Amino acid sequence: MTDAKGFPLNAWYAAAWDHEIGRALTPRRICDKDVVLYRRTDGAVAALEDACWHRLLPLSLGHLKGDQVMCGYHGLVFDASGRCTFMPAQETINPSACVRAFPAVERYRLIWLWMGDPALADPDLVPDFHWNSDAPWVGEGGTFYGLKCNYRLVIDNLMDLTHETYVHAGSIGDDAITRSPFEVTHTDTCVTVERWMENIEPPPFWARNLGKPGHVDRWQIIRFEAPTVVAGDVGVALAGTGARQGDRSQGVNGFFLAAITPETATSCHYFWNFVRSWRTDDEELTKSLNRAHVNDGKGVYDQDHDVLEAQQRAIDRQPRQPFYNLNIDAGALWAHRLIDGMMAKEGRAPSKNDPAKATPSVGIAAE
Amino acid sequence: MAATDWQPARLRATRALTPDIRLFEIEPSEIEQASPGAPAPPGSHLGVAVMIGERPDTRSYSLLDSGADGLYRIAVKRLPDSRGGSAYMHGLEPGARLSISGPRNHFGLTPGRPGYLLVAGGIGITPLHAMALALHRAGAPFHLLYAARTPQDLALADDLRARIGERLRTFTDEEGGRIDLAAAIADLPPGGEAYLCGPLGMMEAGRRAWAEAGRPAQGLRFETFGTGGRHAAEAFTVRIPRLSREIVVPRHQTMLEALEAAGVGMIHDCRRGECGLCTVKILDTDGTVDHRDVFFSDAQKATNAQLCTCVSRVVGGGITIDTADRAG
Repeated sequence: MTDAKGFPLNAWYAAAWDHEIGRALTPRRICDKDVVLYRRTDGAVAALEDACWHRLLPLSLGHLKGDQVMCGYHGLVFDASGRCTFMPAQETINPSACVRAFPAVERYRLIWLWMGDPALADPDLVPDFHWNSDAPWVGEGGTFYGLKCNYRLVIDNLMDLTHETYVHAGSIGDDAITRSPFEVTHTDTCVTVERWMENIEPPPFWARNLGKPGHVDRWQIIRFEAPTVVAGDVGVALAGTGARQGDRSQGVNGFFLAAITPETATSCHYFWNFVRSWRTDDEELTKSLNRAHVNDGKGVYDQDHDVLEAQQRAIDRQPRQPFYNLNIDAGALWAHRLIDGMMAKEGRAPSKNDPAKATPSVGIAAE
Repeated sequence: MAATDWQPARLRATRALTPDIRLFEIEPSEIEQASPGAPAPPGSHLGVAVMIGERPDTRSYSLLDSGADGLYRIAVKRLPDSRGGSAYMHGLEPGARLSISGPRNHFGLTPGRPGYLLVAGGIGITPLHAMALALHRAGAPFHLLYAARTPQDLALADDLRARIGERLRTFTDEEGGRIDLAAAIADLPPGGEAYLCGPLGMMEAGRRAWAEAGRPAQGLRFETFGTGGRHAAEAFTVRIPRLSREIVVPRHQTMLEALEAAGVGMIHDCRRGECGLCTVKILDTDGTVDHRDVFFSDAQKATNAQLCTCVSRVVGGGITIDTADRAG
C-alpha cells in the first residue's frame, strides 16, 4: 500500500509564526489535515482538528469561549484538549465526543505542531532553528502559505545552491558556485552540504554588504534536519583572512532559514527568514533584506517561488516522467533518504508522487 | 462504519484466559499487511463480522494492545444474556476466516496529563489493558483498579502485574474487596483524567463520585458495552396504543430490534445507548425500566419519561410507549 501523502507524521512541523496566533481562530491545512490554531488565556497555543465532531463544520468558523471553541453550527463546545464539554439539548455528553488535539510547542519564533502519535511528541525533538530567535542573529522573514509544490521540491532547491547562478543571477548568483567542489556529509538526522569558493570576485549582494573592496572567500554550509528544516550558513570574508579555518572577523555572515511544512501532496507552507550578524541594529537593513527576498515578485525568493510552482506544474503534466539525478543532487538525495527512513519507521511507504522516487523507465515499456 | 472498510483476516490463535473469557489473535490478510506496524492508539476497537444464527451482524471489541507486531488481540467474554456475538466468537477455531474493520477509536487517551486513573470491571479490562501498557511505556503516572467477581475472573491480571507491577490493584467480590472510587479520585492530581469501562453500576458509581469530587465532566472518560444492566434480561411486552400494536421483546433481542422487526419505523445510530436517537416516550409501565444508556442523566432516568430502546429493557412487567409515527 503506497501512502499518497509522502511525509512523515511523527515530526514537528512549523505551522505559524508566533505573532500570527492570538485570540482569533486561525485555520491552516498541515500534512493534509485541517487544523485550527488559537491562543489560550494563559498564552499557550492550542491546535485542534478543524472539524466539529458532529457535522464536520470547521471549528474555525465558530468562536472562542474562554479557552474553549464553540462550533458555529449547533453550539457543541470543545476544550483545548479536544474534549466536548457541552452538547445541545441533552443533559449528558456523548462519551465518544471529541476532536483531535495536536501537541503544539512554541519555539524559535514559530509554532510547531506534531501531526502523528501524540504519545511520541517530545519537545526535545523540535528541529534546531535557534538562529531564528537567538543573538547575534537578526532578521525578518515571512511565509509562502500554500506554495503550489510538493515540499520536497523546496528542500531540493535549498540543498543545491547551483541554482543560484541561474535563478538569482545579478544578486547572489555567481559562476564560482558552479565551478567549486562541494562536500556532502550526513548523520542519522542531518545532511550537510559544504562548499567553499576561495579568492573570488564577490557577487553584487555580498560585495555591497561586506563594504570592502577586493577578492573574498565565500562559503555555503547548508544543514538539513529531517524532515523539513534547512539552515544555511552563508557569507564572505576578505580572501585569505582565515574564514575557512574559523576566523570570520574579516567578513559578513548570515543564515538562510527554511522550515517547510507539507500542506497537501502538491503544496506546502514555506517559512523563511534571512538572519545576519552584521549591523544588527540597522532596522533599515533588516527591512531591505526582507525586500530583497520578497519584493512583489522580484525578490530572490520570489524567483524560487516561480521556479518551484512551474516545476510542480510540469510534474503534474508528466507524472510518469522520471527525474534524472546529477552529482549536485547528493544533498537532496540524502535528505530524501532520511525522510523516507522516518516514514518507513511509521510503517508508511514513500509517495508515488515523489518525483525523485519515480521509477525510470528503461527500454520499451510493454504496452 | 463505512462498508468499504472491511478487510479479510484470519484467526491465528485463541487461548482461554478464564473459564468464560477467550483471547483471540487476529491476523489481517497478506494484502493489507503491506503496511504493517501502524499501531492502533489505546482505546481502539476492532469491528468483527459475526453470524447470529443465520443473520450477519457486527460486533466491536477493544484491542488489548497497540498491535505494533501486525496482530490484533481481543478478549471476548461468553455472556449468557448476549445477543449471540460472544457465542459465535467462542465457537471459532484457529485458522477461521474473519472479516474485520478498523481499528477505530472512540475512547481516546489524552497524552500529557498529570495523572491517570483507570478503572476496569470484568471484561471492561480490555481497553484499559491497552491504556495501561501505553501509559507505562510513556512513563506516565497512573493506577489501574480492576474488579471482578472471583480471582479466576481477573483475566490478564497476572500478565499485567508482571508488566506494570504495583500500578495494578485488583478487587474481587469473593474476597470482599471493593474499589473506593471516591478515594481513588481524590488521589488524582488536578487536571488528571479517569477512564472507566465496566458494568453499568460501576460506571454510574464512577460518574457520581466524579461529579461529587467537583471534577470537570470532560475529565471522566468511559466506554459502554450497551449490554449489561441492573437486572438480568428477560422477555417483556411493549404496547403502542397509537399503532394498536403489542410486541413481545424476547430475552436475546433489544427493544429496538423487536420494534423494527415488527415494522415500527425507528431512527437509531449508535446502538450503545449514547446518541439518544432511538428514544421513545414512556406512557405507562407495570414493570421496572432498566435504563442501560448513558444518554439520559440520572435525573431524567428517575422521571421515567423516556428510554433508549437500543439498550434499555423492562423487567417484571410490560411497558406502554408512544413512537414518532403520526401517519394516518
